[in-house]
Amino acid sequence: MSWINLSAIWKIVVFGLLAGAGLPAIFAMGLYSLSRGPRVQTAGGGDSDGLVGGSVVGMAVAALCFLVVLAAIGWGIYEVYQIGHPAPAK
Amino acid sequence: MSNTFVLVLVVITALGFDFTNGFHDTANAMATSIATKALSPRLAVGISGVLNLVGAFLSLAVAATIASGLVDTKLVTLTVVAAGLAGGITWNLLTWLFGIPSSSSHALIGGVIGATLAAAGGHAVLWHGLVSKVVLPAVFSPIIAALVAATGTYLLYRISRSLTDGARGHGFRIGQIGSACLVSLAHGTNDAQKTMGVITLALIVNKSVPADSKAPFWVILSCGLAISIGTYLGGWRVIRTLGKGLVEIEAPQGMAAESASAAVILLSSSFGYSLSTTHVATGSIIGTGLGKRGAEVRWNVAGRMATAWVFTLPSAALVGAGAYALAHVIGGTTGVVIDLVILVAVATVIYLRSRANKVDHNNVNDEWTGSAAPAEPEPAAA
Repeated sequence: MSWINLSAIWKIVVFGLLAGAGLPAIFAMGLYSLSRGPRVQTAGGGDSDGLVGGSVVGMAVAALCFLVVLAAIGWGIYEVYQIGHPAPAK
Repeated sequence: MSNTFVLVLVVITALGFDFTNGFHDTANAMATSIATKALSPRLAVGISGVLNLVGAFLSLAVAATIASGLVDTKLVTLTVVAAGLAGGITWNLLTWLFGIPSSSSHALIGGVIGATLAAAGGHAVLWHGLVSKVVLPAVFSPIIAALVAATGTYLLYRISRSLTDGARGHGFRIGQIGSACLVSLAHGTNDAQKTMGVITLALIVNKSVPADSKAPFWVILSCGLAISIGTYLGGWRVIRTLGKGLVEIEAPQGMAAESASAAVILLSSSFGYSLSTTHVATGSIIGTGLGKRGAEVRWNVAGRMATAWVFTLPSAALVGAGAYALAHVIGGTTGVVIDLVILVAVATVIYLRSRANKVDHNNVNDEWTGSAAPAEPEPAAA
């Protein structure tokens, strides 16, 4: 019996970074894409809190980003459920 | 049957602990959302309560760790479980009074271990399980959470740097609500499990269920409900310390911190690690301060928390051991009842003291002045 389960820690770090930092980063990319377009506000150019820049491509990319984030969350929760409810042992 | 009577008492006490657990830990999920005003305080605790209940059903891995991975179930009695709970609740309430986000899990585990030590000696404690599933995760989890949160914070500011401050705040507040909800869910999968584990332990000890059994459905449901009601009532004092005391937080940082917490807690729950959601949330908030240039981490507040963390296991263990000794000397059902009467008395005193400088949803976000209760000097005496 080992005291430290290194493979578990390793997994928590890697998946933690992917889910905990990677997904918010994709969400941020979505926000960035959403803000592109004719109504674009550049940093320092006023304090408008309008999120939508108006570019069609930007909005499509943003929608894709947000979908990826939602799908990843759904899949993650499903996995946790699967692991947490093992089939009863015989 | 006096045994059944004691069992019922233990279950009620355990649910009481679960309630304080929710109460104490609302902050972990919602402190940053409340601090950045992404959610109104009332709405935040309401959502968090519901999601805790859902989370309680999501995974049962941690309940199994507590029920059979920490102490030898053959050597533990119902009196031991009751005394352990008394230790855990007392410590939880004391740290809440001082607004310190200490670990409810460690309070509970410390109480049970202390009572077991007093009752049956060192050989009844499964030290390997304790160190590998509780102590080491306590050391590693805040560090991992801080690393993830710092990385996330850096990325979020980097990617969103061309957005105006207003647009950035608006966008990330939406993201922050989502991530805060996930933390509440994760909290249910980890913390509601602990009480389920203890009640299952009591049932195993009482031979009501076989030694390797999982938590029965009524246990899952009642624990989920207790923790979600506790969460809804909200531990405003701790919310204040975490949301305002540690780092001044902006929406992107809040989102980064909460995503990091949710990811680390959910992953660890899956491995059956009973880690402290409190430690993780604190690690994340510190990490988010480190990941943003120019952000200030109040290390003295962090230091005060870390001290409380180190003391949590042994202190709760001492109270647990004392409670067992008392119950043992008096003996039988009377001993357990007297323990619990004292517990209720202590809880009442702490509650009355907390009224003196109240923190609630009205003043939770007031400017940080160095203490848990705003616009008041430091509490005069401990």
